[in-house]
Amino acid sequence: MDRREAVRRVLAWFGAVFAGAGVGDASTEVAPGARGRPRSYGMGVDVDKCIGCGQCTRACKAENDVPLESHYVRTWVERYVVTTDGTVRVETIAPGEAREHPVEKDILRSFFVPKLCNHCANPPCVQVCPVGATFSTEDGVVLVDSARCIGCRYCIQACPYGARYLHPVTKTADKCTFCYHRIQKDLLPACVEVCPTQARVFGDLSSPASPLTRLRRMRKTFVLKPGLNTEPKVLYTGIDGEVR
Amino acid sequence: MSPQISEAIPDLARRVTGFAYPNEIEVHWSILIVVYPYLTGLVAGAFILASLVKVFNIKEVQPAYRLALLTALAFLLIAPLPLLLHLGHPERSFEIFLTPQLRSAMAVFGFVYAWYLMVVLLIEIWFEYRRDMIAWSESEKGPMRWIHRTLALFSKDVSDEAVAVDRRGVKFITVLGIPSAFLLHGYVGFIFGSIKANPWWSSVLMPIVFLMSAIVSGIALVILIYMVVLPLTGRRIDMACLDRMASFLFYAVIVDFTLEALDFTHRLYESEESIKILAEMVTGKLFISLVVVQVLLGMVVPLALMVLTKLLSFQEDLRKLTIFASVVLIQLGIFSTRWNVVIGGQLFSKSFRGLTTYKMELMGLEGFFTALVLLVLPFVVFAVLFRVLPPLPPAPAADPEPAPRG
Repeated sequence: MDRREAVRRVLAWFGAVFAGAGVGDASTEVAPGARGRPRSYGMGVDVDKCIGCGQCTRACKAENDVPLESHYVRTWVERYVVTTDGTVRVETIAPGEAREHPVEKDILRSFFVPKLCNHCANPPCVQVCPVGATFSTEDGVVLVDSARCIGCRYCIQACPYGARYLHPVTKTADKCTFCYHRIQKDLLPACVEVCPTQARVFGDLSSPASPLTRLRRMRKTFVLKPGLNTEPKVLYTGIDGEVR
Repeated sequence: MSPQISEAIPDLARRVTGFAYPNEIEVHWSILIVVYPYLTGLVAGAFILASLVKVFNIKEVQPAYRLALLTALAFLLIAPLPLLLHLGHPERSFEIFLTPQLRSAMAVFGFVYAWYLMVVLLIEIWFEYRRDMIAWSESEKGPMRWIHRTLALFSKDVSDEAVAVDRRGVKFITVLGIPSAFLLHGYVGFIFGSIKANPWWSSVLMPIVFLMSAIVSGIALVILIYMVVLPLTGRRIDMACLDRMASFLFYAVIVDFTLEALDFTHRLYESEESIKILAEMVTGKLFISLVVVQVLLGMVVPLALMVLTKLLSFQEDLRKLTIFASVVLIQLGIFSTRWNVVIGGQLFSKSFRGLTTYKMELMGLEGFFTALVLLVLPFVVFAVLFRVLPPLPPAPAADPEPAPRG
């Protein structure tokens, strides 16, 4: 080993030690392997806190190279308007859009619902993928191997939540990964990072100290389309029956 | 955002009435995925008609037996093409064969297809034609002699024992082939029927409805080919054969109609969460293709024509005309059925709050002309097969060819 190689190895060792000792934010979780214990990642969405600013959608597109067109999204925000006669109107907030809505007198209530892949524990997309390109990781994240996906789009059809699209450049299925590349480095998913009201909470569902566990303890949580038995790991608080 | 994209967004947004999840605005399974189940249905139906002859020994239909086999083969050879062209990465399609994910209904495709092509159709055709291919190769010269010799796998034994083995082979493969044909198309129905996220598809009846409509379309296609090919090659249509096939078609249409009516009534009666949006779709965007083309033109009118043909004992020429009109309408109806399943299942949002629109391209890889070519190609393959493996006895005053066995 020459001197240059020896210095490189020592620096690499120190780097690894410091990276491992880094203390993250209380809401930050570490991917499996880093701490040994398998995780079960999930996300909480507090609908009462969402202001519909769309920062999450914009951050997601920038972070994950999602095409800019509004019909390719990994995450999006829906605006629900319930009028006094019981009619429900739903619209998607365009990425990054924060606009004034005209005051309507007949509105009973209105709220915003952020949506994303539910990273189901019983995922229909994984079941139907003919080549195993869509898979669940040990830590409960559903991912797509774009080097393996044949682009048949069966997973897009099987997802009850409309969370998948065919990437127009790679021609493979694409969807939210909980920013897997970030959470493996102790970072939060981009949408959680930028949310100004902390409407999104990310964490380990199996950890008693996780902020997600805290959310579940303090609030009543719901999942979308529970009747389909997909066992989503995105938990909502403050939604009602109108949200599908 | 590029100007083209920003221009495209309002256009896409206009496609939606009500609300749809953003990723749902684009319809992902195009006309090619409509063509695929249509083609496999024809294969299964044509084969089942051929099987009736051998398994149940229905002698009247014997003249159409080989036509039905070649029809099934021609359409089966083209059936995977629409799937292949539809894939985002067709060059990776072999992964379905090499590393299938066996929990996926679609992964079984490779096995079902290979089984049906290699084990059922090719072997049955080989047993059926072996003796004739040997005879042809002995009287022919040039490439055809070698083609027939090679196709017969260089066998030369035409003894009674060998021919008896052929007959037993045909019978055995046919018996094996009926459940295989059921499997082939029932499985295509299962691909749709097992998607619990989609209430338009998710139905236990889906494989059975697919199967019955396959039988209807396959029998109708063989009748159509029979009625076109025989006069074109200077032969007379055997009315006993035509009437018997039309009779099978009549009963198959009744069963198919009943099953689809049951499915419809069941949905309406259960009236689940999705019923409002499905009703909006059926009475709106699918009205022409479902109510008018599939049900009225593709089922009710042909049924009425066939009932009239039976009740009023039409003369031969009029019978030919009504049967011909019926089978053409039935083809239209079954293609429409596939359209309504595949495209219909993607027109409504899984939020059950809105409908999107399918805008078919004309020229693209997944466009109208590609679909048209894929629908014409099986007939080209059929024409080649017809030349290589003549399915009909020689026409009167034509060059003497050995007659196929009865």
